[in-house]
Amino acid sequence: MATRTIAGKTVQVNDEGFMTNPSEWTKEIGVEIATEEGIATLTDAHWKVIDYCRSTAPSLNGKSPTLRQITTGTNISTKELFALFPKGPAKKVAHIAGLGKPEGCV
Amino acid sequence: MKKLLVLGAGTAGTMVVNRLCRMLDCDEWQITIVDPHETHYYQPGFLFIPFGMYSKNDVVKPKRDFIPAGVQMIKAAADVIEPDQNRVKLTDGRILPWYKSIYDFYTIEGALALAKRLRDWEGGRLVVNVVENPIKCPVAPLEFIMLADWFFHEQGIRDRVELIYATPLSGAFTKPIAAKHLGDILEQKNVKVVPDFMVEHVDPDARKLVHYDETELEYDLLVTVPLNMGDDLIARSSLGDELNYVPVDKHTFLSNQHPNIFVLGDAASVPTSKAGSVAHFAVDCFAENFVRYTDGLEMHPSFDGHANCFIESGFGKGLLIDFNYDVEPLPGRYPLPGVGPFTLLQESEMNHWGKMMFRWMYWNILLKGQELPLPARMSMSGKWK
Repeated sequence: MATRTIAGKTVQVNDEGFMTNPSEWTKEIGVEIATEEGIATLTDAHWKVIDYCRSTAPSLNGKSPTLRQITTGTNISTKELFALFPKGPAKKVAHIAGLGKPEGCV
Repeated sequence: MKKLLVLGAGTAGTMVVNRLCRMLDCDEWQITIVDPHETHYYQPGFLFIPFGMYSKNDVVKPKRDFIPAGVQMIKAAADVIEPDQNRVKLTDGRILPWYKSIYDFYTIEGALALAKRLRDWEGGRLVVNVVENPIKCPVAPLEFIMLADWFFHEQGIRDRVELIYATPLSGAFTKPIAAKHLGDILEQKNVKVVPDFMVEHVDPDARKLVHYDETELEYDLLVTVPLNMGDDLIARSSLGDELNYVPVDKHTFLSNQHPNIFVLGDAASVPTSKAGSVAHFAVDCFAENFVRYTDGLEMHPSFDGHANCFIESGFGKGLLIDFNYDVEPLPGRYPLPGVGPFTLLQESEMNHWGKMMFRWMYWNILLKGQELPLPARMSMSGKWK
């Protein structure tokens, strides 16, 4: 398993750069990955979504929730999520929150 | 008399009553199945209607023909499920008590309308769009677009048709290995995949799809695949999650919250597709466990998410995929003594004939709860890793 150093901490990551051990995550790591993803400042709304994903991940085998689960759980609309995390909100939040990306079923 | 109530006489519900009717003691059990509709549709056949391969008559039969004597069938819609009272209220006011309950729930109108439209369509940009996942069957939109490629070749207008597959996924399919194989086949067939496309709304006057990020995709003909949700009944009964799926144990189908409810088919939160091919092996495992459960024995975690399905790819060929919860579809061979092997994740004529034969097997074997000589649990035999 590959490792990389983010915000001064060495963490395990997969081929796509997603962290594989959610417990290694810190808020500082979240801020640094967000910057890499092109989000310069994490606002309260960003944190609301990140915190929600972190809180539900244990019940989803460490994976981040789907877009629909996020909109239902946070009352933030899909349109707003695309404004907060442009291009792919579900994947982007998963990356920033140190979680596995949401997986689809066959 | 113990009462078993099955809500929904779809694929899963019909297979379940047939199987349990044989396995449970009729002197001890009264089995009732409730469904508001009279017609059973062979849903995999809808795919062939727009291209003139099947007609409506090929895909419809009365539901009642598949309900065994000894099972009470009630034509009615359920209004609300009350698990704590062990009963279901019907929309006509009747109340049905039960001991254990199971259910599944899905249009031929769209398929017939499209067949009519394609007969005189002169070409342009055809966009197949998956609105949001999960959908009923993750391979169906791919089959549609590959059959469309074949159909327009046959019509002599393929050079005037642009085929586009717009999906919220990052590639052609949900799982990486199959996404690569299927993506390559789509490329060979000159089908353009537009990944990460999350449609916010359709502007039918301007003929365009509008993404949440405000990018647009124009079309001349749009074929759209909706989100697959459980029935509103589940929401009205406060039994489901955000998709109206009832959380259940993925190996036994027993509700996480109610020891008197099992859920198979469209309404179960098991992490796999809601296609009938999944219901097939699910019923094999469920029926045996249900008898153990009612006899007070511990259930085996027997269902491993195994399913296999043919993927029609046009020009008389098809692919086959075989997978479970843990093993994604892999290339290789699917051994079947006497008939096979079938090629996995590769096109072959044999797979096309497998798909064509499947309709007969569906009506005559599967729906009647008979067993196919296939193991319910997935095997790695023949798969290439």
